[in-house]
Amino acid sequence: MKSFIGIDLGSTTTKAIVLDADETVLGRGITNSRSNYGIAADVAKQEAFLDARFFLFRKLLKDLPALKGRLDEFLSNFEQDFRLEQYLEQLVELERICLESAGDERLGKDGVETRALLTEVFQQLKDEAPRQFEPGSRRRSDFFRDIAGSQYASASESVVPGSRISFEAMLNVYDRSIIEVENRVGDGADAAKFMSALHRTCDRTQRFSRLLDKLRAPLESVLGIEFEETYTIGTGYGRATLPFSKEHIRSEILCHGLGAHIMHPKTATVLDIGGQDTKAIQVDSQGIVESFQMNDRCAAGCGRYLGYIADEMNLGLHELGPMAMQATRKVRINSTCTVFAGAELRDRLSMGEKREDIVAGLHRAIILRAMSILSRSGGIHDQFTFTGGVAKNEAAVAVLKELACENYGEITMNVNPESIYTGALGAATFAQRVVLH
Amino acid sequence: MNTSVKQQPDVQKEESMVLQKAMISANFDALATAHEDGKKISSTFVPGNLNELLMCFDFVRNLPEINALQAAMRKKSGAYIMEAERSGQSEDVCTYVKSDLGMMAKGQVGPTGRPLPTPDLLLLSYTGCFTFMKWFELVRDQYDCETAMLHVPYQADGKITKNMRDFVVMQLKDHVIPTLERVSGVKFDIDRLRGYLKESAKAEEDLVWVLKSAKNRPSPIDAYFGGVYYCGPIFSAFRGSKGATDYYRALRNEVAERVDAGLGPLTPEGILENERIRLVVEGPPNWTHFRDFWKMFYDEGVVVVASSYTKVGGVYDYGFRHDPQHPLESLADYCLGCYTNHSLPARVDMLCGYMDEYQADGFLNNSIKSCNSFSAGQLLMLREIEERTGKPAGFIETDLVDPRYFSTANVKNRLESYFQMIEQKKARGGTRTAA
Repeated sequence: MKSFIGIDLGSTTTKAIVLDADETVLGRGITNSRSNYGIAADVAKQEAFLDARFFLFRKLLKDLPALKGRLDEFLSNFEQDFRLEQYLEQLVELERICLESAGDERLGKDGVETRALLTEVFQQLKDEAPRQFEPGSRRRSDFFRDIAGSQYASASESVVPGSRISFEAMLNVYDRSIIEVENRVGDGADAAKFMSALHRTCDRTQRFSRLLDKLRAPLESVLGIEFEETYTIGTGYGRATLPFSKEHIRSEILCHGLGAHIMHPKTATVLDIGGQDTKAIQVDSQGIVESFQMNDRCAAGCGRYLGYIADEMNLGLHELGPMAMQATRKVRINSTCTVFAGAELRDRLSMGEKREDIVAGLHRAIILRAMSILSRSGGIHDQFTFTGGVAKNEAAVAVLKELACENYGEITMNVNPESIYTGALGAATFAQRVVLH
Repeated sequence: MNTSVKQQPDVQKEESMVLQKAMISANFDALATAHEDGKKISSTFVPGNLNELLMCFDFVRNLPEINALQAAMRKKSGAYIMEAERSGQSEDVCTYVKSDLGMMAKGQVGPTGRPLPTPDLLLLSYTGCFTFMKWFELVRDQYDCETAMLHVPYQADGKITKNMRDFVVMQLKDHVIPTLERVSGVKFDIDRLRGYLKESAKAEEDLVWVLKSAKNRPSPIDAYFGGVYYCGPIFSAFRGSKGATDYYRALRNEVAERVDAGLGPLTPEGILENERIRLVVEGPPNWTHFRDFWKMFYDEGVVVVASSYTKVGGVYDYGFRHDPQHPLESLADYCLGCYTNHSLPARVDMLCGYMDEYQADGFLNNSIKSCNSFSAGQLLMLREIEERTGKPAGFIETDLVDPRYFSTANVKNRLESYFQMIEQKKARGGTRTAA
């Protein structure tokens, strides 16, 4: 099967999109960019191909009478079970590397004790794993590093009392080992995990217990599809590090412009707030970029700003938006400089301001900076599409909508649930057009 | 990956480049020994410089902006700027100023390593940049030397009127020339001035020919990165000298050979072979990363066919020449006509004219972080040019000589995006129809 791949190497996350020849999105993949863009690109692409198999599986099951009215529930459970299989596989690998790491002779007796604790910790992690992937469960992050890291820390906390090994020493073992697991690109032999997941889904839920035989054949046929990587385009900050020739690279401005147009064809203005840059792009009716502006050498007020604030407040990034939505009054935050904002945050807290009000003020500060960049690019025209990681933040979206309407009148603002993939979608569309047009 | 430039084993230096290097070096040598040689030194700025007049009084000419940019290209300006900041200059002050002040504070050694003695006179002809006035105030405070100031009226309506010209000539007669006579001890000789102006006009004729050669396809010159070299002698201590006339004749001959051979511009990595995009550029180049900055263009086959920065020391391509028959009036017209003395609408007209005459594919603005005078209004100019020409415009931000203000990744990202945007539009069948 011909496939066209777009990869967007952002400073925080790397995204991949797989299209078929009809420009249908088959799959999406995302991973953290880590310090190795090449691996991040491979992992994101592999995730997108896995997702493509889910998509094709859904297509096959769509008309299956046995799943009538419960297809979504089945697929949701199935995907969670697949993720659990992936997670368990990576846990085994992490345990092996942690044990090796703790086998360092220089640790002496401590090494022996550390390995014993590690075995206990990993047993806890494996026992806990199914709960993490229960149908409908919400995780702070979908990245292995984050899920395993948080579980490992709490398990370590419970096992170290009474031993000679410190909590920090346990965390050191984790930090030394996680990169190797994270940087391992799967071998592509996912068929076994898909089949195990199918068994798990059918075993776990009585409603699906009799479907195993009916579902095995469609799944096998999907797993039998061979994807031909017909053409790939890379974009994003890390694009220059990709092992692609120049013809396979497009600027993220062009990709975001086209991606936004594909998602919302009436788009005239695009705002993209990514990890380290903010881009305001004007596009024509075909998604061709007319003009653009972006932040200068300082990344103040970009996505990392919110990441830093979340770290400062010991919150998950996804918790910031909902917290800001609880605000009852506007606290003015003047700094879009990440470092100063941290100081301003502590200052406001010490003055007794409520956390949700401060967080709302921080969201407003970054959107005000984005408004300035939008003005420089020629303003906001109907329709207005907001993309990038920050578009997933409901508080940022609300402030942007308010300020956009206040300054430019009533406009239609599009925020696609898959907006984080806008650049990758644009890149994949370019890839498809290079070959087919 | 460099696809446009044919690599050459050694960097080819043309005769004009060798000549220019020798001229600049000789001037720094002359400055170093001026006082021992019984000569006086005048500092003056590039826009509106009265080089021929200073030559009439045997002044050796020192141009602080040239020193700053030369220091930047030799990676010295960063330390000078930090020195100036240590003595109280804020982060936002023009970095040409801070490089100069820092150089003074660090012992007055010029870019070539020769001493730069204290000037005997500061000659300021004010042509639109307010910072120049403040700069010389600071320098005067430091050197405690004589200052002569020429007030050049701003071309607010885009025209030079008789009143404006008369006002400048009156100041030259009543104030500037008497001051130059007094400080130098040399009597003014108008025929000597006529002689220098005759040389200026010859050099100007050849310079204009060179700049206009960019109308060819491929353009034989890069009118920005190459252009700043080509303007060097005429913008600084050499206009009016026989040396400058010879330089411009040699340069013209070289460029003529390239036109005849159908060759593109000479870059540090050889002749650009594949001209893909033609640009008009507003704003100075970044001097601290000059080569890297240029490479971002020629690697992508981008040639600048016209630029405004090559007009800050004099606008010659609309017919103005120094005129030996009307010496003081033509000095006045020269000062009044400098690009820095033009209003925003006049600058827009000029740039739109360039877009058309030089068949450019786009307009790029390099906005200077520490230049408040010229950053104001640049985005409005950009929009107007975009609107009037229908060609895509790009915007980047760097600085003159502060290395801290050049973010390679950011500038490269923006430029690549902009170049791809132009290509995409060209591929789609041309650009938007002009308004």
